[in-house]
Amino acid sequence: MTAATDAIVRGATRDWEPVIGLEVHVELDTATKMFCSCAVTKGDPPNTHTCPVCLAHPGALPVVNQRAVEYATRIALALNCTVRPRNVFHRKNYFYPDLPKAYQISQFDEPLAVDGWFEYWVGDEKLRCRVNRVHMEEDAAKLVHAGGEAGRIAGSDSSVVDFNRGGTPLIEIVTEPDIPSPAAAREFLQQMRDLVVELGVSACTMEEGQVRWDANISVRPVGSGELGTRTELKNMNSFRFLQQALESELPRQIAVLEAGGRIDQETLHFDPDTGTTTPLRSKEEAHDYRYFPEPDLVPLVMDPAWVDEVRAALPELPAARVVRFMERYGLARADALVIGGPGALARFYEAVVAEGVDPKLAANWTMGEYLAHLNAAGLEPGHGHVTPERLAALVRLVADGVVSTSAAKDVFAKMIEERGEPADVVERHGLAQLSDVAALEAAVAEVVAGHPSQVEQYRAGKQQVLGFLVGQVMKATGGRANPKLVNDLLRTALDR
Amino acid sequence: MEGLDTLRLTAREAKKLLVDGEISSAELTKAYLDQIAAVEDRVRAYILVTADNAAKYSTKVDREMQAMRGPLAGLPIAVKDNMVTEGVTTTCASRILNNYMPVYTATAVRQLWDDHVVMLGKTNLDEFAMGSSTENSSFQTTRNPWDLGTVPGGSSGGSAAAVAAGEALWGLGSDTGGSIRQPAALCGVVGMKPTYGLVSRYGLIAFASSLDQIGPLTRSVYDCALLLRHIMGKDPHDATSVTAPAPVDLPSAERLDGLRVGIPREYLAVGIEAGVRSRFDETVALVEELGGSCVEVSLPHTEYALPAYYIIAPAEASANLARFDGVRYGYRAADAGDLLTMYERTRGEGFGPEVKRRIMIGTYALSAGYYDAYYGRAQRVRTLVRRDFDEVFAEVDLVASPTSPTVAFPVGARTGDPLAMYMSDLCTIPVNLAGLPAISIPCGLSDGLPVGFQLIGPAFSENRVLGAAHALEAALGFDTAPPFRDAAAARVTGAAGHESAGPAR
Amino acid sequence: MIGEDDVRYVARLARLRLEQDEMRRMTAELAKILAHIDKMSELDTSAVPPTAHVLDLVDVTRADRVEPGLSREDALRNAPAVADDSFRIPRMG
Repeated sequence: MTAATDAIVRGATRDWEPVIGLEVHVELDTATKMFCSCAVTKGDPPNTHTCPVCLAHPGALPVVNQRAVEYATRIALALNCTVRPRNVFHRKNYFYPDLPKAYQISQFDEPLAVDGWFEYWVGDEKLRCRVNRVHMEEDAAKLVHAGGEAGRIAGSDSSVVDFNRGGTPLIEIVTEPDIPSPAAAREFLQQMRDLVVELGVSACTMEEGQVRWDANISVRPVGSGELGTRTELKNMNSFRFLQQALESELPRQIAVLEAGGRIDQETLHFDPDTGTTTPLRSKEEAHDYRYFPEPDLVPLVMDPAWVDEVRAALPELPAARVVRFMERYGLARADALVIGGPGALARFYEAVVAEGVDPKLAANWTMGEYLAHLNAAGLEPGHGHVTPERLAALVRLVADGVVSTSAAKDVFAKMIEERGEPADVVERHGLAQLSDVAALEAAVAEVVAGHPSQVEQYRAGKQQVLGFLVGQVMKATGGRANPKLVNDLLRTALDR
Repeated sequence: MEGLDTLRLTAREAKKLLVDGEISSAELTKAYLDQIAAVEDRVRAYILVTADNAAKYSTKVDREMQAMRGPLAGLPIAVKDNMVTEGVTTTCASRILNNYMPVYTATAVRQLWDDHVVMLGKTNLDEFAMGSSTENSSFQTTRNPWDLGTVPGGSSGGSAAAVAAGEALWGLGSDTGGSIRQPAALCGVVGMKPTYGLVSRYGLIAFASSLDQIGPLTRSVYDCALLLRHIMGKDPHDATSVTAPAPVDLPSAERLDGLRVGIPREYLAVGIEAGVRSRFDETVALVEELGGSCVEVSLPHTEYALPAYYIIAPAEASANLARFDGVRYGYRAADAGDLLTMYERTRGEGFGPEVKRRIMIGTYALSAGYYDAYYGRAQRVRTLVRRDFDEVFAEVDLVASPTSPTVAFPVGARTGDPLAMYMSDLCTIPVNLAGLPAISIPCGLSDGLPVGFQLIGPAFSENRVLGAAHALEAALGFDTAPPFRDAAAARVTGAAGHESAGPAR
Repeated sequence: MIGEDDVRYVARLARLRLEQDEMRRMTAELAKILAHIDKMSELDTSAVPPTAHVLDLVDVTRADRVEPGLSREDALRNAPAVADDSFRIPRMG
C-alpha cells in the first residue's frame, strides 16, 4: 500500500483519485513591514502601527525590506528552488477595504524563485511534491464585521478596518498538484510548517493566522493523466479542518461527476460544524487583476554569491534531521518524525542524549512524559523546569535500575511540582527501587506463606499465577521493588 | 516695501537684497501677498493662500536669521497642490480630496521647509495633474496673466501663472508629460523637468509613477538651477530616486561655443503655429550666433510616443488613483448603504470627467486580454523612443524644439475635444517617456503671447541644459512682466480657497 | 471596437459609477482615443524589450529597522467614519 493507493476512492462507476495542490502563505517575523518601517506586531490596539505608506496616503511610496528578501530566499532555498537572478514586483489590482492601495504589491511572472520540491513523510513513505514558485507580497489589514453572525460578512451591518497587520511581509509558496490525499495534504502542511519554523523566519503561530493555506482539489479516474476541474478552499488555518474539508469535498465531486455533471471552478467555504463545503457567493466580477510591473520599485538582482551565503547559513532541515536521527540514534521512522521534525524538540532531545544516556530510552521519555507535559502546560520545547540535564538524569536512574519505570513517572511529575533534581526527588520521597536481596527475600517469603493455594497451583504447573504473586510482592513494597529481582527470588522460593 | 517689482524680481536678486539687509523676509513675503491681493481675483492661481502662516513664518526667519541662515532662507515660494504638506490641506484640485489634511510632507517640500523657505500657498492644477490647461481643476480656472482670456497651460498652470503674475517669487510644479514646461512656455517663465529620479517623488500625489517628476518654475534659468539644487537628492523613501552623478552648478555661461544642437524634424512636422515657428527659428539662429551649431536630426518614433504615453500614463494612474476609495480619507458619498455602492458613488462623484476618462482608458488597457496589445506594446514603444534619443545624443549635445506647438489658447477652446488637448504635449511627452531632463525658456512673443523654447539633454546632463539655457536667456533678453491684458474679458469662475488651520511650523 | 458593454465592465472594475449619458459619452470618447492609440500597432515591436523603468536601477532596499509611525489620532484624523478606534465602512454583504 502507498499513500496514493490508499487515497483511491471507489465510486459507483469507477475508481477515482484525488489531485491536490496547495498555496501556503507565511507571515514573516521581520521587525518591520514589507514596504514601510512600521513594526510588525500582534495583539496591539487597532491602528497603532501605521504610517502614510501602509495606510496608502496620497504620495506615499513603498521601499523593500531587505530582511524580508533574505527570509524569503531562505524559504526558497530550503524548498530546493532556483532563485531567479532577477525578480520584479507587480501590482495586483482589486478593491477591498483591507487593501488600502486597492492593489497588492506582489510578484507575478518574475517571482523570487521557481521549480523546487519538498519531501515529506506519510507513514513510512517519503513523498515528493514539486514547488511551482515562491514569491513575496504584503499581507492585508484586518477586517472585523459587526452586527451579524459572529465574525461573518453575511448579515453584518458594518465592518471596521485595523491596519496594524496591513503590509506585513508575506511569502506565498505554490505547489504543483502532486499531493495524493487529504491525509497527505495534512502531513505536507505540518512538515512544511516545521521547516519554516526551523528556518527562523516565522513562528508560524496557527492561532494568529501566521500561516494560512488555500487548497485546490480535483478528482480524476485512476490512471488518467489529465487534471479535472478544481475547486478551491480558501484561507484555512487548521490542519484538521483542512483535512476534513478536503475529505468532504472529495465525495461531493465524485457524486457530481458520476451523475454526469460538471464541476464548477469555484471557491468553497468549509463549515467545521456541519462538515460540509458550500460555495462562497461569487464575486461581483470575474478576477481581472490587471497585473503590471510596480513602477515605484526597481528589480531585485539576486547576487549569486549572496544567495550562496544564505544557502550556506541554512540550518539542518527537518527532513535531513529525521534521517540522521534514524541512523545515528536507531530510532524508528515514526519516532524520528515526532522528535526530529520540530526543531526545538529535536534540539532538546539531542541535549538529553549529549548527557550520555541511551538514545532510545531518551526518545521514549522525550516523546512520552516530556511531550505530554509540554502540551498540558502549553510550553514550547526547552522551556519550563525540565531541563535536558534533569531529564537525562532521570533516564539514567531508570537505566541503572535505581527507580522503576512506574516510579520514574512519579519522579517526573514531582520534578515539575517541586522544581527539583530527580535524585533529590527520589531521595525525598523514598522512591528508589528496592534491590536489597535480604529485604526482598523476606517480603517474598511472607507472600509465599500468605498465599498457600496459589503456591499450590503454581507448583501444579499453572505458571501464570507467578504474575499474581509478583504483584503481591510489589504491593507489599509500595511498588518500589525491583520487578526483575522479585521475579527471580519468587521463582527460587517456589521451585524450592 | 515700495518699489519691489514682483513681476521681474528674481530669486537671485531677492536673496542678495536679503543678505545685504536691504529688505527683510517679512517685507519680501508681504510684497507677494500684496500682489496676490491685487491680482488673484483675476488670475486664480492659488487654491489656498497661507497668508497668515507666510507672514508669521517670514517674521520668525527675520528674527532668527542667524540660526536660519541658509541659501534659501526667507525666500517665498508657491507649491503645486499635488504635493502633500503636513497641516496644510492638499486637494490635488479634486473633490475626492476635499478637506484632506496630510499627515506628512513631500520630501521636496520638506527640504525647502528645512531650508527655511516661506510657503505662500498651494497652487491650482488640472485635477490629479491630468490636463494641459488647468481647466480640469474641480475648483477654479486659472487665467494666463499675459491674456486673461486664455489658459495658463497645465497641469502646473497655477504655479506658472503665480510666478508670471508676480504672485510668487518662484514655484514648484510637477511634470508627467509636459506639465511644467508647457505652462512655463504659455506663461513666459522658465520651467524644468529634471532627469527622472533626480527629485524624490515621495509625497507627490502620483499620477503616472514612471513619468512623474517634480521641478522648478522660475523667472530665470539661474533661479531654476538654484531651486533644483535644493529639492534634488536621493531619498530613502523613494526607491526610484538617485544621487546625481555630479552636483548641479549655478549656471553662468554666456556663449555656446562648440555646442551641437539637434533639431528633430518630426517635432516640426505637424501643427506648429506660424508665430511659434518664427520665434523658434530665430532662437535657433541665436544658438549659432552664440557659437553653437544646429543640425537637423531624426527621432523617428515620435508619432508613436503620444499613443504610448496615453496608455502608460492612464494605466499607472488607474492603479494610483484606486486608493481614493472613501475608506481612510477624503470624500465619501453619503448614505451609500453597502460597500460596493459606496465605492462606486464616491469615485463617480469625487472624480471629474478627465480623471474618469483616464482611469477608464488605463483600466481597459490593463484588463484581461488587452495587456499585450496596449500596455505591453506601449512599453516596447517606450524603448524605441528611448533608443531614438540615445542615437541622437551620440551626434549632438542637446535637442531643441518648441515647447508647445501653440501659444496660450482661449479658455474653453479645447475642453470639448480631449484628443486635441492631448496634442498640446506632442513635443514634451517623449522626454518623460525617456526620463530625460528638459527646460523651457521664454523666447519671445507671438501675438502678444509667450513662446517657449525647449532644450532636452541626455540623462543627468542638467548642467549642460541649464548652461545653454542660461546663455540663450541672456541673449534673448525676454521681459517677464505680463500685461494682464483681458482680451476676452472672460469672467473668472470658481471660488478661491480658504485658509486652513495651518501648519505646525 | 469598444462598446457600451465593455465600458460598463471597465467602470465596474474601476469602481466608477457612470450615469447613463456619461456612459454613452465615455464610450464614444474612448473609441476615438483608442483609435488614435491603435497607431502603435503599425510597429512590429515583437523583438523590442519593454521599458518599465528608465533608470537601470536595481536592488534598492531598506534595513529592517522600526521607525516611528503615526499616532492613532493622526491615522484616523481623515477617516470619513470611525468606530472602535478603526475605520468604519458600510456593510460588505
